[in-house]
Amino acid sequence: MTVSAPVAERPVRKPKRQQRFDEGTGRLAAILLSPTLLVLAVVVLFPIIAALRESLFQSGQHLDANGFVVQGSQFVGLRNYTDIFKGDTGHRFWNAFYNTTFFTVVCVVLETVLGVAMALVMAKAFKGRGIVRASILVPWAIPTVISALLWKWVFQADGIFNAIIGTQVLWSTEGWQSKLSIVIADTWKTAPFIGLLVLAGLQTIPAEVYEAAKVDGANAWQTFLRITMPLVKPALLVAVLFRILDTLRIFDLPFVLVGAHKDSVETLSMLAFDEAANVRYGPAAAYATVLFVYVAVVAYLFVKILGADVIGEARAKKPGGGAKGKRRRDREAAPSIGAAAASNTGMGV
Amino acid sequence: MVVSAFRRPSDQFSNNVIPAPFSIQNFKDVFSGDNGFGRGLLNSLIVAGSVTILTLVIGMVAAYTLARLDFKGKNIVLAIIITTSMFPGISLVVPLLKLFVNIHWINTYQAMIVPSLSFALPLAVWNLTAFFRQMPQELEQAAMVDGCTPAQAFRKVIIPLAAPGVFTTAIITFIAAWNEFLIALSMTNKKSIQTANVIVSQFTGTTGRDQPFGSQMAAGVVVTIPLVIAVLLFQRRIVAGLTAGGVK
Repeated sequence: MTVSAPVAERPVRKPKRQQRFDEGTGRLAAILLSPTLLVLAVVVLFPIIAALRESLFQSGQHLDANGFVVQGSQFVGLRNYTDIFKGDTGHRFWNAFYNTTFFTVVCVVLETVLGVAMALVMAKAFKGRGIVRASILVPWAIPTVISALLWKWVFQADGIFNAIIGTQVLWSTEGWQSKLSIVIADTWKTAPFIGLLVLAGLQTIPAEVYEAAKVDGANAWQTFLRITMPLVKPALLVAVLFRILDTLRIFDLPFVLVGAHKDSVETLSMLAFDEAANVRYGPAAAYATVLFVYVAVVAYLFVKILGADVIGEARAKKPGGGAKGKRRRDREAAPSIGAAAASNTGMGV
Repeated sequence: MVVSAFRRPSDQFSNNVIPAPFSIQNFKDVFSGDNGFGRGLLNSLIVAGSVTILTLVIGMVAAYTLARLDFKGKNIVLAIIITTSMFPGISLVVPLLKLFVNIHWINTYQAMIVPSLSFALPLAVWNLTAFFRQMPQELEQAAMVDGCTPAQAFRKVIIPLAAPGVFTTAIITFIAAWNEFLIALSMTNKKSIQTANVIVSQFTGTTGRDQPFGSQMAAGVVVTIPLVIAVLLFQRRIVAGLTAGGVK
């Protein structure tokens, strides 16, 4: 055949199988998927690459060695990165890094505990479940900015919170109390979300399992630890992973609730935003890249160590849906690279 | 926590614990004057609406492809799409901001709409794929036996039947886009183009220095109410959608 390689593949395979309705779908799939992939390339891939490039440049005006003004971007190599870690900006960076990590760890732990508790309560309370569910969804649906304002008002010096606990703490100023206010607000907003996802996981556990446990004489705690948790784990891990990634890029809440340029709540996102808003794109891109790498590393570790099956989810679903759907065809040739790779990520852990 | 979700929107109009003199003055303040809140709402609607529509149009095709067609590298595509939703917004915003400054897109709707697709599209594709998978494939096969092309089968049979799933995805996407803050904040500096979220966060009081909590809260209620109503009406659907995307 004189056709080029990728095209040649299809005609070769074709006669081996019976004609099916989705025959020769490779090209069709490529056509149908291209808009999505194109958009994602423009809004995700391009920015990432551009950020990497940008982070090696310094824009704006500078004086060169002879005191002349240099216009436009200048290649500065890794200087933006090294600048991040030292001197005054170094302090700012490590502080923001610490804050980001602090919020992520504290918030996600709290949210997970509360979320699981909520899910357990919801799974039990059959009466008025709709109301409970609605009230759980409401904080999730409130825009973060609005909930930040809400909490800002709650945490006013003469606000409700102080009135209730009978103190005069200046919550949204600086220091540990403003950190705490962020943690409370974030937990309020997103613990229900975890609860909801866990609830969905809980509902997939058949009642027989619990009956069996009861017959075997397990107490409530044992049941929870030995049955509920392992069975709910996949759902929980995915929920927690999403939350971790979300909290790592936390921006709106501290930005509105406490404000910019506050040491105690400044996160990496805010730092990068601040630099960008001041037209220092190079450092901003460097900060953003550092955050991006941080997020990627955390996500990778999370998936590797705990085996959160985010991508494998798709693979696991595939044969399930395939029963009535696709019918995985018996390819006598080796399975596609995609399937192999995916099953590796899924099973490897 | 659940209680406070219900309590706060109702008593947030006054700075007292109890809304003693109930008044709609705050609401009047919000819409009157020059803080451009009405305009902001309209902007929010335009942005979130366009994001939703674009996302659905593009995402539906992709999701259907992923759910039905069998092709090489499908898992990789799916993995890529999911992964893209996890990138921190700021690392996308910074370079896009610079690009948009260069092509004079700052203070335009498209500057807010296009970056929003970065999180809306993966979400929608992921959700819709789950929905399409649940639909029996015999439907299209029957349609095609009756002489439809695959494209026709998709258009005439699947889309009408998938309407609930599409609708759910639309709500979730819309909520996500409506709540978007970072992009809208970065890409605009003119009041007339900012979304409601940004405007609310930048309210200044009538007297300048005091915190205008009254009108902020009123504005917050206005911004939130459409979402809360949507959530209450369609909570079952939304739960289905969220869990389809998150777990299953």
